[in-house]
Amino acid sequence: MYNAKVIIPGLIVAVAVFTAPFWLNIGSAPYEYPAVALPVAKDGIACIEPVEWMRAQHMTLLNTWRDQAVREEKRTYVASDGKEWNVSLQNTCMTCHASQAEFCDKCHLQNNVQPYCWNCHVAPKGNK
Amino acid sequence: MEKSRRDFLKTVGLSGTALSVVGLSVASLSATGLSAVSPSAAAPGSATTAAEGVVPEGTIPTVQGRYITSPTQLTATRWAMVIDTRRFTTKEAVAKVVNACHREHNVPNVPSAMHAVKWLWEDTFAHSFPDDPNPYLPDAVVHGNFPLLCNHCDNPPCVRVCPTGATFKQEDGIVVMDPHRCIGCRFCMAGCPYGSRSFNFRDPLPFIDDVNSAYPPRTRGVVEKCTFCPERLAAGKLPACVEASDGAILFGDLNDPESTVRQALAQNFTVRRKPTLGTGPGVYYII
Repeated sequence: MYNAKVIIPGLIVAVAVFTAPFWLNIGSAPYEYPAVALPVAKDGIACIEPVEWMRAQHMTLLNTWRDQAVREEKRTYVASDGKEWNVSLQNTCMTCHASQAEFCDKCHLQNNVQPYCWNCHVAPKGNK
Repeated sequence: MEKSRRDFLKTVGLSGTALSVVGLSVASLSATGLSAVSPSAAAPGSATTAAEGVVPEGTIPTVQGRYITSPTQLTATRWAMVIDTRRFTTKEAVAKVVNACHREHNVPNVPSAMHAVKWLWEDTFAHSFPDDPNPYLPDAVVHGNFPLLCNHCDNPPCVRVCPTGATFKQEDGIVVMDPHRCIGCRFCMAGCPYGSRSFNFRDPLPFIDDVNSAYPPRTRGVVEKCTFCPERLAAGKLPACVEASDGAILFGDLNDPESTVRQALAQNFTVRRKPTLGTGPGVYYII
């Protein structure tokens, strides 16, 4: 092989760099799901949709809510259980989820997700 | 090390076969959920502190939510506004409706005129109706105060020039601004002949005295304007300025002969701003 004394060390370094995340994390604590501050269920209603679905799909729901309210003038959401909700982040979601720091930010910060909701929308007063 | 073309092709062929076999077996393992790297195998029971935060894949329920028009929604085929300028003889009268609007919608009070943001404002007769006005008009008209706002045109130039669809016309005639899609290009400001649009050159939050937490403020880099309060119409309420005006501003369906605006138009001589431009403004002024 030509230039083996350069290529082989180079390959070793490249493999080491690409697999570094695995080596560096050996022995570190396992990933812990952030403990978000869940609001107390009111009248037996945990959230507008099943909690498992909300955890996985809340961003989809919020995007759809935004477009339906602002662009389609459909400002009432009929949930799967038939209950009607005002389509509004500030006036519906945040009446229960009253703390950005203890609810939204818990997962978003840990997973380095930076939604831009709060650039405009008023963050819940529970923060202060 | 000499390698013939034949040897090279052999090596390449063998390597390719080996790679595809490995790839296929990994894929089939993941599909059956047997692979160690599949998230579904790792999830159940592995989290101790927030166990209910962990959902094995495939157990997320489906939902059947629907979106409907609010039951309280006020509807019209063409919303329009009639402003009785005879009732706005003082600056205080105009300031009252302006403040009601700006407080409700978190419109910042930026001191610099260059960076000012306005939804509803006042100006002189010459600036409001510049289309070659008659000479020798009454003093009350020439020196009057005229509340100005977005005209929610039939043929809105701002909508035509918006490259992202951030501003658009609803079926009920309201020209809406969707700040989520606004990229701040300000074409709409160039297109609007009424100066109804303002750009947030600065972060508006420091200039809002008392933030109304029921309505979202905007951010630096987006354009905003009067929206004819669709969020209030959905709740069965008239726009904030109409409510604050004690009847000096009327709001209703232009296509309904029984509506308050049509009756006001039938009983009074009204003008619109810059009608020669062909935008078809939806705001009428009783002079």
